[in-house]
Amino acid sequence: MTDTPAPRHIPDRLDKPLTSAIFSWEALLVVVAVAIFAVNSFASPYFLDAWSLSDLTFNFTEKALIALAMALLIISGEIDLSVAAIIALASTMMGMAVQAGAGMPELVAIGLVVGLGCGAFNGLLVTRLGLPSIVVTIGTMSLFRGIAFIILGDRAYKGYPASFAFFGQGYVWWVVSFELTLFLVAAVVYWFLLHRTSFGRRVFAIGNNPVAAQFSGVRVGRIKFILFCLTGLMAGIASVLITSRLGSTRPSIAQGYELEVITMVVLGGVSILGGAGSILGVMLAAFIMGLVTFGLGLLNVPGIVMSIFIGLLLIIVIALPILWRRVRRERFA
Amino acid sequence: MKALLKYREVWLLAAIVVLIGLISTRFPGFADPANLRQVFNDTSILMILALGQMVVILTRSIDLSMASNLCFTGMVVAMLNAAHPAIPIPLLIVIALLVGLVLGAINGLLVWRLNIPSIVVTLGTLTIYRGATFVISGGAWVNADQMSAEFIGLQRAAFLGIPVLSWIALLVIALFFLVMTRTALGRSIYAIGVNPTASIYAGIDVGRTKFIVFCISGMIGGLCGYLWISRYVIASVEVANGYELNIIAACVIGGISIAGGIGSVGGAVLGALFLGIISNALPVINISPFWQMAISGSAIILAVVLNARGERRQGRIILKKAEAA
Repeated sequence: MTDTPAPRHIPDRLDKPLTSAIFSWEALLVVVAVAIFAVNSFASPYFLDAWSLSDLTFNFTEKALIALAMALLIISGEIDLSVAAIIALASTMMGMAVQAGAGMPELVAIGLVVGLGCGAFNGLLVTRLGLPSIVVTIGTMSLFRGIAFIILGDRAYKGYPASFAFFGQGYVWWVVSFELTLFLVAAVVYWFLLHRTSFGRRVFAIGNNPVAAQFSGVRVGRIKFILFCLTGLMAGIASVLITSRLGSTRPSIAQGYELEVITMVVLGGVSILGGAGSILGVMLAAFIMGLVTFGLGLLNVPGIVMSIFIGLLLIIVIALPILWRRVRRERFA
Repeated sequence: MKALLKYREVWLLAAIVVLIGLISTRFPGFADPANLRQVFNDTSILMILALGQMVVILTRSIDLSMASNLCFTGMVVAMLNAAHPAIPIPLLIVIALLVGLVLGAINGLLVWRLNIPSIVVTLGTLTIYRGATFVISGGAWVNADQMSAEFIGLQRAAFLGIPVLSWIALLVIALFFLVMTRTALGRSIYAIGVNPTASIYAGIDVGRTKFIVFCISGMIGGLCGYLWISRYVIASVEVANGYELNIIAACVIGGISIAGGIGSVGGAVLGALFLGIISNALPVINISPFWQMAISGSAIILAVVLNARGERRQGRIILKKAEAA
């Protein structure tokens, strides 16, 4: 969206690895995270407690799971605004299945399949018909949540089986919740996929220059389609978790999550224009957003005021490196 | 006739006529001029907002913060009116425009001076402006009984048989039409969307123009803040929550390309009308309002599929059309 040709600044030599690590985006995020952690510890006596910190993770794990896949999608130059609506639709379908007497394994399967199906639908529209993903997913966002509203209206589904509650409420070991474990495992998987496989390199290649990638033999359409499916699948997983945690389904479930997920991804250093980003950054951003919302929550700050901090954090963290680079360039130019 | 069919707006208008015809088969009174005037009035705010969003989208940017801007500005004028009922309404409208302008200018400055993608900037300000509404109001509502009679009554007053709200919409439409087709600013906005690099070489200040379009969308958001609050007579933090996507939907249905450079005032107005007709028609033809979301979602997808075809054929030539005419 910014196509103004910038003056080329070519340094005499590349930064040393240590220097570039210190000035990397992830390092900046670590500093921000440590600072917020420290402020929180001083601000509230209830913060530094194993169970408090465990509760904290529930603030972001569901969104962060989607953010992992969304990061790949945004790196490839696309976006999916329909993820929250997919959560709503998948949750509604699970609710219908419960009314029909489905058990725990069927519920999980339905959640994942609906998520995958919605993702594939987005992917088909974008890759087969060559439509801009931001518009397509604004449309499917209304469509998916609209179907949930048609089915549910102003009612709610309840009565999920007790065995289903484990996904959103269970603990694997001591204070380590199932949700957190799942997120950490998924993060490792996505880290490997993006940074250690040829698939990941292709995702970066597509984001940097889709035409060049196409001519290099990368099947751009197919990879983008897979990424939409993955994002849908992660939304399906998040839907299982959130439905299990809340134990009920309303069509307004997870409203506004899409913007929080995208904020997480962008805060994590993924370029919204595509072609750059890392899974580590997204993980750190997820923790930071969890820390901010939980810390402010302990101080009885209302949720809507927290959103100001998240918004400011997003803009400041993006603006700072730009200002910093500008200052450096002016000094050395 | 053939030349006429090339225009997307003609097709959209035809679709709207067919839609009204279909609704009339189930509810004959719908096509009644009085009812259509009512629908137009109900859709006025969305039309005005869609025009503000249009100029932003034309420059390959997006303003996600419009609905939050509307909410914040609406709260400001409602609180002012509740605290000082003596402030004349025209002055309040000027205040609304100014507050909106400031919020839009913040977006514009971040996009212009720091070169941050507009989707990131406005994603941030979307939450900030709505949060700020909570901060200034303390979470309290301003109810109808706290607002002065003039505050509520102005847009309902009829002038030549048409409510003032509709007149405001018509005035804004005319203004946008003039700016987009008859001024250098309008041409620059199109040029930036079609080819930003070429625009620079043509002497257009791309950054400054983007700043201006965000100021425009901000002022529109501010104006609609007053209009929205005085229409629905309640100011709260929840006002127009999620409405930013409806605005973009109206633009997309109106044939405005999200990739910039393609779109017209007529398209944005018709796109908004299309959504307005659907939301007005559902209750009278006994379809649950819960269907509305899915229907507008389908309409968006359908519109973007059709638009993509049109764009591919036409390419991005704006001068040829002028030569042919």
